[in-house]
Amino acid sequence: MAEMATRNEMIEARRPPDQRRGALGWLRANLFDGPLNGTITLLVLALLGWGLWPLVQWALIEADWLGSTREACSGEGACWVFISARFETIVYGFYPEAARWRVDAVFLMLALLIAWLAIPRLPAKRWVGLFALVGFPVLAYGLLIGGHFGLMAVPTREWGGLMLTLTIAIVGIVGSLPLGVVLALGRRSKMPLVRGICVVFIEFWRGVPLITVLFMASVMLPLFVPTEVEFDKLLRALIGIMFFWSAYMAEVVRGGLQAIPRGQEEAAKALGMGYWRRMALIVLPQALKLVIPGIVNTFIALFKDTSLVLIIGLFDLLAIIRAGLTDSNWLGFAIEGYVFAALMFWIFCFSMSRYSQYIERRLHTGHRN
Amino acid sequence: MLRSSSSERGPLWRDPAVRALVIQALLLLGLLGLILLMVTNTLANLEARGITTGLGFLQERAGFSIPQSLIDYSGDSTYGRTFVVGLLNTLLVSGLGIVLATLIGFAVGIARLSSNWLLARLATTYVEIFRNIPLLVQILFWYFAVLQALPSPRQSLSLFEALFLNVRGLMVPAPVAQPGFEATLWALALALAAVVSLTLYARRLQVRTGKALPVYRLGALILIGLPLAVFLITGRPLAWDLPALSGFNFKGGITVIPELMALWLALSIYTASFIAEIVRSGIQSVPQGQVEAARAISLPGNITLRKVVIPQAMRVIVPQLTSQYLNLIKNSSLATAIGYPDLVAVFAGTTLNQTGQAIEIIAMTMAVYLLISLVVSALMNLYNARTLLKER
Amino acid sequence: MSSTNTASAHADGPMIEVAGLNKWYGDFHVLRDIDLTVARGERIVVCGPSGSGKSTLIRCFNHLEEHQQGRIVVNGVTMTQDVKRIEQIRRNVGMVFQHFNLFPHLSVLDNCCISQTWVQKKPRAEAEKTAMEFLERVQIADQARKYPGQLSGGQQQRVAIARALCMRPEVMLFDEPTSALDPEMIKEVLDVMVELARDGMTMICVTHEMGFAKTVADRVIFMDQGQIIEQAPPETFFNHPESERTRLFLSQILGH
Repeated sequence: MAEMATRNEMIEARRPPDQRRGALGWLRANLFDGPLNGTITLLVLALLGWGLWPLVQWALIEADWLGSTREACSGEGACWVFISARFETIVYGFYPEAARWRVDAVFLMLALLIAWLAIPRLPAKRWVGLFALVGFPVLAYGLLIGGHFGLMAVPTREWGGLMLTLTIAIVGIVGSLPLGVVLALGRRSKMPLVRGICVVFIEFWRGVPLITVLFMASVMLPLFVPTEVEFDKLLRALIGIMFFWSAYMAEVVRGGLQAIPRGQEEAAKALGMGYWRRMALIVLPQALKLVIPGIVNTFIALFKDTSLVLIIGLFDLLAIIRAGLTDSNWLGFAIEGYVFAALMFWIFCFSMSRYSQYIERRLHTGHRN
Repeated sequence: MLRSSSSERGPLWRDPAVRALVIQALLLLGLLGLILLMVTNTLANLEARGITTGLGFLQERAGFSIPQSLIDYSGDSTYGRTFVVGLLNTLLVSGLGIVLATLIGFAVGIARLSSNWLLARLATTYVEIFRNIPLLVQILFWYFAVLQALPSPRQSLSLFEALFLNVRGLMVPAPVAQPGFEATLWALALALAAVVSLTLYARRLQVRTGKALPVYRLGALILIGLPLAVFLITGRPLAWDLPALSGFNFKGGITVIPELMALWLALSIYTASFIAEIVRSGIQSVPQGQVEAARAISLPGNITLRKVVIPQAMRVIVPQLTSQYLNLIKNSSLATAIGYPDLVAVFAGTTLNQTGQAIEIIAMTMAVYLLISLVVSALMNLYNARTLLKER
Repeated sequence: MSSTNTASAHADGPMIEVAGLNKWYGDFHVLRDIDLTVARGERIVVCGPSGSGKSTLIRCFNHLEEHQQGRIVVNGVTMTQDVKRIEQIRRNVGMVFQHFNLFPHLSVLDNCCISQTWVQKKPRAEAEKTAMEFLERVQIADQARKYPGQLSGGQQQRVAIARALCMRPEVMLFDEPTSALDPEMIKEVLDVMVELARDGMTMICVTHEMGFAKTVADRVIFMDQGQIIEQAPPETFFNHPESERTRLFLSQILGH
């Protein structure tokens, strides 16, 4: 054999012979790697120059920011005065000015709760979570509706704007999550009748559009109850939304239940636990943790769909902005209005989807260990 | 067996089988009670409001007009006909939306995997922007902020004096078949048949001799060439009815109403952002080892894609894609927010308001969507069963 | 050092010839100054600690990995960036992977036929005949209509070997073919490999199966930190390893 048999001195590691580093190397590798990629890069750049620059100019550079009346709009770029002039309404709806501190208090409480639940390091998640699901809604409702402890009563028809959007979203999730868990358990039940009812319930809501559900809630629901009973419009919408989303929630939770190995339940059985203990102590805690990303994604969908209440005449964030567009003093600001509405929803949804991705990554690494 | 020896039997209420039976019986009773309560309440309410139940109203004269209809419709038509008109309009915008959303979605999804950094970033930005803005906001934006801001018919934007875009919608020329045009249609049918048999023949040829024909190129040639040749030989027997301004509006051609355009654009762009994610994750779900193995047995790139990557990616993509299609169909009901005459806007909107037959109308509307969902899900299950990976 | 420098497409030159091969992953220097000549019919076992670059080395031989410096000549064809040439090389090189990489959506038979059909453009009947012949040889012909997911790991790996053989390669690369297998299945795969070696196939195996190395290999190569530390016929390698690193590695892998 002509080749050497043993190496006694090790070869030191060397730097790669490269054309691929530094800013130029990066450009070459990622943007101009061959004629096809180079062409694509130039096309994309042209597209950006053609589309993005006028947008920036319109939205930022030539836009009007200051003022409070229509005269402040120069007409060259966007006129954000339209938004700032009615910002209070966009946030609080028709909520009486004197009582708006109550809304602020609820907002603050909500922000604290979410921060506590979202930051993994903080302790006592279980109790804070329980409070968020039970205590907070009751407290917030009492504060917002008023009519006791010397608080002025504010009926729900005066609720609106961002505050109403958040109310619908929170009630939607707080209502649909527990119902969804029950439905998911029911769908896996060994009792045919229980399983059947749950399957029909879930598949029914998943098969119809939310609008028809809202229509049903607003025109059919009043028919189902005795004539004397007065049914709040917001409450009707909330019931529809809760049922609708509980079906989606149930499917998410079911995915988590299926991912828990059979051995977990068998072990719990072997320890002598009954059905509800097994579920509450062993299976559900694991399953729910596993599907947090799915729950957050469902919540994002729910949040986006709160805007549909506009169609049955509730004044959520979108509806308030839309109503502002018909103000005869402020005609012709449709672009500004809808862009702002889009931005508001986008900020909420994008941050939630980022959070869900973060949790997903954490879960993945957690499982490997 | 514990239950076989009666001496070891515990009290009846601790027997799991008895418990299950009792629970289900109570549940059934409760459910029946609830239904009974609702029915009595409803009947009482309907009587109090003087509404008669039943589907009789479907035969009555509707008396309102609908801005877009695929079948003959006038104010003299019946409420039953409004149901059909609305349903067809729903199917129209859903079909158009599915096609466009699929095209954009696949393009963006593949672009996200591009090795070109800029293109991949652009695609990611598209996805992150459009899937995080409510569809309703997007529909309203396109309709009120873009299409309603277009000029009046007199100042239309036009392309080659044949396409006109204005606040009333998009006017496009309408093809009018002249005598002799049937020949082109026949040629098209013939070409289709030829392509099908070519594909079959090519497959048989390959099985027999191993030779591969350039089926795609030949097929495209036949499919385009043959009808075109016949069309030219027969003296181009197709006239175009051009839209033309007359007075304050356009006459002739086909008008795509702005409501349809806004809804179509918004549905497609929104759904495409989800489809793009599905396509990306589907392609990424095929393990790298599969591509390596294909390379190691020297399969060329296009065959690797066609025979190894795509079949495996589609298995992941198709079920999710179907559920996006269903979402799109359900979401087309947002039409009602801008007055596009879909099933919900026409039937569950105007017709319901005029007749007050809430229960019948909502039930019929929901039944349509449920039926579509069930049919599509059934087809999906069939597909899944067929493509299921065989495992131990 | 290698003395044969002829790079012509002669069928009687060395099977694989590697000179001055260097490869980096980013800044990480994975393969350092590799020189190696594999003669026709030679059977080589490559071993070494994980991360020593042995898999990367053999993956360079059919261009699953790209190298930055040095020359690789396979069966007289010099490796370049030319796609046609890479495909020409790959047709002569069979590879068996650690995780089988069978196509799960194709039956065992189709796994073996796909490249015959699309690369060699053989008629279906002929492709099936060849496939059955090799499936017969790895003793799994009775499972030809099944899908990979329905087979055990050992069976899947034997199918993977048959799939590679169907292209009638001149050389076979084995990338840790038994490390993903349960102990009782390792033997059935090794038996097939021993059989293949007896028939005179040129083989390069990355493996830790030292028994296999002792019975089959003409030469054992020990790699560490991206370089070839020691190479010798198995008797010398196992009984009188020269380098300290080799001794340490052998003591760990053979156990005490």
